[in-house]
Amino acid sequence: MKETPLSNCERRFLLRAIEEKKRLDGRQTYDYRNIRISFGTDYGCCMVELGKTRVLGQVSCELVSPKLNRATEGILFFNLELSQMAAPAFEPGRQSDLLVKLNRLLERCLRNSKCIDTESLCVVAGEKVWQIRVDLHLLNHDGNIIDAASIAAIVALCHFRRPDVSVQGDEITLYTPEERDPVPLSIHHMPICVSFAFFQQGTYLLVDPNEREERVMDGLLVIAMNKHREICTIQSSGGIMLLKDQVLRCSKIAGVKVAEITELILKALENDQKVRMHHRWEFNAGSSPGFQNNEEERPA
Amino acid sequence: MAGLELLSDQGYRVDGRRAGELRKIQARMGVFSQADGSAYIEQGNTKALAVVYGPHEIRGSRARALPDRALVNCQYSSATFSTGERKRRPHGDRKSCEMGLQLRQTFEAAILTQLHPRSQIDIYVQVLQADGGTYAACVNAATLAVLDAGIPMRDFVCACSAGFVDGTALADLSHVEEAAGGPQLALALLPASGQIALLEMDARLHEDHLERVLEAAAQAARDVHTLLDRVVRQHVREASILLGD
Repeated sequence: MKETPLSNCERRFLLRAIEEKKRLDGRQTYDYRNIRISFGTDYGCCMVELGKTRVLGQVSCELVSPKLNRATEGILFFNLELSQMAAPAFEPGRQSDLLVKLNRLLERCLRNSKCIDTESLCVVAGEKVWQIRVDLHLLNHDGNIIDAASIAAIVALCHFRRPDVSVQGDEITLYTPEERDPVPLSIHHMPICVSFAFFQQGTYLLVDPNEREERVMDGLLVIAMNKHREICTIQSSGGIMLLKDQVLRCSKIAGVKVAEITELILKALENDQKVRMHHRWEFNAGSSPGFQNNEEERPA
Repeated sequence: MAGLELLSDQGYRVDGRRAGELRKIQARMGVFSQADGSAYIEQGNTKALAVVYGPHEIRGSRARALPDRALVNCQYSSATFSTGERKRRPHGDRKSCEMGLQLRQTFEAAILTQLHPRSQIDIYVQVLQADGGTYAACVNAATLAVLDAGIPMRDFVCACSAGFVDGTALADLSHVEEAAGGPQLALALLPASGQIALLEMDARLHEDHLERVLEAAAQAARDVHTLLDRVVRQHVREASILLGD
């Protein structure tokens, strides 16, 4: 279905509001929407809600033979899908430009910045390595897909536990979660994307644009940073003309925002860990409310 | 390549250049007679060819025509023999698509599309030899091709790549320096106003160093502009001599 065009009066209203430093949902220029992170029952499954934008992330792993020119490194594979339920404009054939852009940005942000130690994913050099696959699905589109997707990806990766392996000579033993506890991935740092939308030829900028603001923006600047203030990726898109000091200013704002979001992520991961420990303790202690029965049956 | 020193103590890089020095750039305009505009550029060992058709009527669906501007369509293609190992690249793969989108974004901002409503401008770029800085070479070649086609632009679009090693910003990275895994920045600039048409950065760089790397890339892009300007003037002089003015 073609996207309903934005009426001129709505466009003018949004632009005038932005000129007066007002946003429709009452946020300030540099404010993010509420971020909620929730986890599924499996390790590696998480759902991130950035305002109304929802992204579901799932991490899975598999033992494969490594790439020929990188025999001692594991393989990371990212895939973001724009589900048709996210917005009426997303149809199977029609999304290619946006999809390519988002996927490449995610790949560059997470793979090129070496946030995961791929050498630790090697089981037998040259023969068997772990292939980690991160699948992200956009469930609802209310602007700023890239930020939500990058948070979902990194949270899912931090949350994921892979099965433990041991190598004896030529034999590889894969332990089930009941035999040995699954092992978390070794993550060096957490890159998080921050989007800046520019309006009126770069005069005004907003952080975390929602869907309406994205429709009237001139262009977008995405800066991915981690909490150590290292920039992992910068990408400008949309045909805006930037000046050097605008880019530097945005990088400073991004530093602040990334620190806040990283705090939130670490807290959410900690809470989830506590809940799981608590349920496991209760299970071992013999009491069995409903949740534990499910835990027994699922293959985990 | 683990022991390779990208920047020696005396300040020389692997190929003997200084930190801010560009590779040798040679360019020619009007290489093909069939196309409206064409150009060939060699930046060190990176060779790129750009061809421009347009402005012409919209091909394919008329519905894509924009009522007030021209549509810019860019396609990037990398030859199988362009890298060290022969690699067959399928036509619609993600990296080529992404490059095409980035080139389109760069040129939509620079070309005065308002002058040609309801029409289409095609820019095709082919990389014949990739030795680092392919995006920059593509943009520079495409700028010359668009100028050769006579399509009005706001300003030259000059691009250059930059990196950061041992506290120094390097300009115009070669393949060896790119493969070493350090931070890489690609910048497309309109030199007169200093506006950045496209900015792309990979791999980790600390925020404090960003300014220096941006400045190195901007200075390199301005140097590229000087060279391209000379090439265009030379070409126009030759063309006017042939016309007998």
